[in-house]
Amino acid sequence: MTQPVYVGLDMGASRTKVAVIDRHGALLGHAVKKSGIDFAATAALCLDASLEQAGAGRSDIVAAVATGYGRNNVAFVTSQSKTEIGCHAKGCHYLYAEAITIIDIGGQDNKIIKLDADGRRESFKMNRKCAAGTGAFLEEMSSRLDIPLEEMNSLARQATETIRLGSYCTVFSATEVLENIRHGKPVADIIKGIFYSMIKRVLEMDSITGKVVLSGGVVAHNPYLVEMTEELIGRPVLLPPFPQLTGAHGAALYALEATGGQGDGSGEE
Amino acid sequence: MAEEKQPQRKKIQATGQMMKIMSDYFYDLNDAGQSATRKVAWCTSVGPAELLRAMGFAVHFPENHAAMLGATRMATELIPEANAIGYSPDICSYLTADIGAHLKGTSPLAKAYPGIEAPPRPDVLVYNTNQCRDVQDWFTWYAREFGVPCIGITSPKNFTDVTEILVDDVTRQIEALIPTLEEVAGENLDMQRLRETVALSRECTELWRQVLETAAATPAPLTFFDGTIHMGPAVVLRGTRQAVDYYRRLLAELEQRIAEKVAAVDGEKHRIYWEGMPVWGRLRQHSELFSELQTSVLVSTYCSSWIFPDFDANDPLRSMAKAYLALFIVRSDAYKEAYIKRMLEKFNIDGIIYHDAKTCPCNSNSRYGMPQRLEQETGIPSLVISGDLNDLRCVSDEQTRTNVEAFIEQLEERR
Ligand code: SF4
Repeated sequence: MTQPVYVGLDMGASRTKVAVIDRHGALLGHAVKKSGIDFAATAALCLDASLEQAGAGRSDIVAAVATGYGRNNVAFVTSQSKTEIGCHAKGCHYLYAEAITIIDIGGQDNKIIKLDADGRRESFKMNRKCAAGTGAFLEEMSSRLDIPLEEMNSLARQATETIRLGSYCTVFSATEVLENIRHGKPVADIIKGIFYSMIKRVLEMDSITGKVVLSGGVVAHNPYLVEMTEELIGRPVLLPPFPQLTGAHGAALYALEATGGQGDGSGEE
Repeated sequence: MAEEKQPQRKKIQATGQMMKIMSDYFYDLNDAGQSATRKVAWCTSVGPAELLRAMGFAVHFPENHAAMLGATRMATELIPEANAIGYSPDICSYLTADIGAHLKGTSPLAKAYPGIEAPPRPDVLVYNTNQCRDVQDWFTWYAREFGVPCIGITSPKNFTDVTEILVDDVTRQIEALIPTLEEVAGENLDMQRLRETVALSRECTELWRQVLETAAATPAPLTFFDGTIHMGPAVVLRGTRQAVDYYRRLLAELEQRIAEKVAAVDGEKHRIYWEGMPVWGRLRQHSELFSELQTSVLVSTYCSSWIFPDFDANDPLRSMAKAYLALFIVRSDAYKEAYIKRMLEKFNIDGIIYHDAKTCPCNSNSRYGMPQRLEQETGIPSLVISGDLNDLRCVSDEQTRTNVEAFIEQLEERR
């Protein structure tokens, strides 16, 4: 039997994420794909895949909200949009209803968002114009080293030392990496150094206070970064079950709210 | 956020008169440049323009020209010309755009005012480093280019109070400019004329203050974006009758708007203070973005910088020194914060946006912890956006939009 569903589309510059939730806010279906160049087509693919997982069809959608850089490119689904900052906040607050600092590491940008216990934003920061500390930095390094992205996490774990990369700039960092290769440093140590530099760049963006939630595709695929963050800030962090989906989930919660509903977490995944 | 609402920007009727007096100003400047008898001085925006006008110089303001390069989006193409001769992309993009335009032999004046090709050739260049060091470097380059004298005031910086010692210093520096200026002008300074000029400058800036303060009304009848356009006469025609007449008319129109509750931004929901320079090449986009969000960016440090209550016709030189020292940009953070706090209250502000302009550190007040301090003291949230006044290579429209929309969402949550 079908049920009414609420949809959130997070059209990131790098990946498109869709979340389908029920009237309690619980996640029923989701999908993630590379955004590519045809945002509308990718959104449609993700939408149908996540609806299918939810056991629903397009006619069951009560409301939808789009977020992310391509949020205005999905008018075929919805003209309602919210910023990704608002959606990450909403998605994380649903999971952790307390005062939190969200660190989101995305493909093209990072955000640090501070919420009070009621989920209201106290402040937020986005990274500046450059790739420092973003997924784009990791992608660049993976192609320079000719090591597939998905292998980086396990390689970093094998490191015995951490190479320090001092530069903000991705191009300068790449030069530092090459220099370390020339000096015969083990690849695992270099990759750990890359991870370390990335997390450092993110943590430098703002003061990190209170409980920390990590989200975004980069931590979803590289759990070693989570441990590294814990080490650097000296306390455990909270990791959502689907770190890459908090924005899409938040967008879906906005859709639910717009129709008078309230994500009460009673269908918690 | 960005739903439905189409931006409603209301045209200010007095704009026509402003265009006319600005046009008259540029043609007169052009005539002076071509005349065998008249002399042209180039002056920084808060340099000793009163002195120059009183001595009969036609006064050109390169910053105004540079802002036009920005607003017409010519700047980004021209900046590399100056970079190529050693002026870094990290320094003032007014400087690099303006020198780039000179090197390329191009100017926005040519398009706007048929018959004018470029700014007039200077007979003398006069700076005041109260705003930054770049103006001195900028003017010195032209002095070498044209083989004319470049003189100026090296201003004290970062003080909280304008003390008598500082005023003595700057007064003497202004006095020391006079012999060179008399030599170039071929006439002696007439103190009576200086008094009259200072009196007109005082009147002009007093009216400009009243114009800007109309934005304290709810809803605000004008925005920061309007202000950046309408401040033209306060910058280039300070000390003239035309500017005074213009601001009387503009003020009357805005007072009328207040009486009729006409809002510059329809359905004004949020009131924002803008700290820093405008992004000249994005004025319209930014104005529309905020209108869509029913947000009025209604007051700024930048536009308010051309208010000089210290001008006093009875003591022209000393009062000029005081006015040039009282400028916001040259003061300490302690002074700046106290000033902004007063403005937040007076204009009933909900949020502050700091524009961190890549190439203008002096107008980027977010770099030494001010947003955090002010937020803590006033509880008014703030946002820092990265950009630049002229170099659009430093501007990310998407990042700006997302940041601004998210900030307005944040303000909405607090309502
Ligand atoms: S204050 Fe900034 S924009 Fe103005 S001249 Fe100096 S550096 Fe350039």
